[in-house]
Amino acid sequence: MRFLSEYRDPAIARTLIDRIRRTATRPWTLMEVCGGQTHTIVRQGLDELLEGAVEMIHGPGCPVCVTPLEQIDKALVLAARPDVIFTSFGDMLRVPGSDCDLQQVRARGGQVRVVYSPLDALELARRNPSKEVVFFAVGFETTAPANAMAVWRARELGVPNFSVLVSHVTVPPAITAIMEAPDNRVQGFLAAGHVCSVMGWTEYEPIAARYRVPIVVTGFEPMDILEGMLMAVEQLEGGRHQVENQYVRAVRREGTVPARQRVEEVFELADRKWRGIGEIPMSGLRLRPAFAAWDAERKFDVGDIVVSEPAACRAGDVLTGRLKPPDCAAFGTRCTPDHPLGALMVSAEGACAAYYHIARHRSAERQAVPA
Amino acid sequence: MERRDDGGFATGIVDFGGIRREVCLAYVADEVGVGDYVVVHVGFAISKVDEAEAKRTFEVLREMSQLDELQWIGEVVEPRAPGGTA
Repeated sequence: MRFLSEYRDPAIARTLIDRIRRTATRPWTLMEVCGGQTHTIVRQGLDELLEGAVEMIHGPGCPVCVTPLEQIDKALVLAARPDVIFTSFGDMLRVPGSDCDLQQVRARGGQVRVVYSPLDALELARRNPSKEVVFFAVGFETTAPANAMAVWRARELGVPNFSVLVSHVTVPPAITAIMEAPDNRVQGFLAAGHVCSVMGWTEYEPIAARYRVPIVVTGFEPMDILEGMLMAVEQLEGGRHQVENQYVRAVRREGTVPARQRVEEVFELADRKWRGIGEIPMSGLRLRPAFAAWDAERKFDVGDIVVSEPAACRAGDVLTGRLKPPDCAAFGTRCTPDHPLGALMVSAEGACAAYYHIARHRSAERQAVPA
Repeated sequence: MERRDDGGFATGIVDFGGIRREVCLAYVADEVGVGDYVVVHVGFAISKVDEAEAKRTFEVLREMSQLDELQWIGEVVEPRAPGGTA
C-alpha cells in the first residue's frame, strides 16, 4: 500500500501546489471540462489555493446543466401522458423546464421514476407491457455506451414499448466552440477522464494542434486535478501544445473499443443545442434510422417543440467563463438549489450549486468557531 | 464463479467498497476477470483499470465516503460471462 499513505498525506497536495506556483511565471487560465472535476475543485478549494497562478474556468461538462430547455419541455410532455412511465437519472427531476419540472409533473400524478441505469428502464418496460416506458437518455460520451446498449437490447429482445428521449452531447465540438469564441480566455484544458476512458484521446490531437492549446486528460481526485494542472502549466511555460494523459490508470489512447463501436452502431452525429450556450454544430448524438422505432420524439410526435431560454439565467456566461457564479445578481437570492432559475444551480456538478453549497458550508464553519 | 450466457450479454457482480451490484461487463468482457478493477458508470463497466492505481484510488474514494456517486471504480467479484471469457 505504498500509494495509500502518499494519497492521504496532505503534503503531496502542498507539494503539487508549490510546484504549480513555482512553474507558473505568469497567471494561466485553464478550463476543467467535466462537472465532476468542477465539484472537486470548488469543494476542495483548489481554485483558491492557486489564486494568482492558475485561474480555473468551469466548463460545460455537466450533462444535466447543458440539456437544452426544449428537451426538458419534451420530457415534461411525455411524463404527463397517462400511458407513459417516464424514467430518468435522479438529477434531471428538478431541472426547470419552461413551466415546471419533472418532480412537479410527478406530484400531479405523472408516472416519473428514477433509475440507476438505462437497463433498469428497459426491464421496467418488459415488466409493464401495457405501458410505454420512456428513458431520458442524456449525457456525454461516458453515458452514451450505456444508453446505446439499452436501445440495442430493446431491439434484440423485441421490446416495442421502450423508447428513449435522446439529448446526448460530445466534448470535442464544445472545446472547439470555446476556442472559436472571440473573447475566449482559456489557454489550456483538463479533459474529462471518464469521457476519455470510453473515447480515448485521438479526437483531441487535431484540436490541440490547430488551436495551439495544451489538453491534459485528467482524473477526478484532488491529486489528479492538481497533477493535471501542473502538466498543463508545464506545457504552457514550455510553449508546448500537446495532448497528455494524467489519468493513466483508467485511460488508454484508443479508449474502450467495444463501447465506441456500440455507440457508433446506435447513434449518429447531429447538431445539438446546449443550454445556456446555443447550438453547436455536430455536437450531439441522435439515434440512427435503424433504431427509429425506439425514438420517443418520433413515437410521440414531440420533435417539433422548440423553445428559447429565459433571459434571467446567465448560465451561458458562467459556462464560458465570463461570469463567476457568486457575481451573478440572482445567485443565492432569486436563484438557489431549492428554487433554481437554471440547471447550473440544480446538479451537484453544476458550477452554481457547487459554489452555493461550499459558501454555505464555509459560513457555517465560521459561525461554529467560538468568539 | 457463476457464468451466464445471455445472448452475448456479459454481466457480473462488482464490489464498490462493500456495496455489491450487478454491472454490465459487455464492453470489457474480453479483458476482465475476478479481481480486476473497472470504472463503472450508470451500471456499465466502461474501462478496465490498472490494479495498483485502482487500489490507491479505491482507498481514497472510500475514505471520502462518496458511495452514492453514479460513477465509481469497483472490483469484479463474480463475472457472469458468456462462453467463459471471465
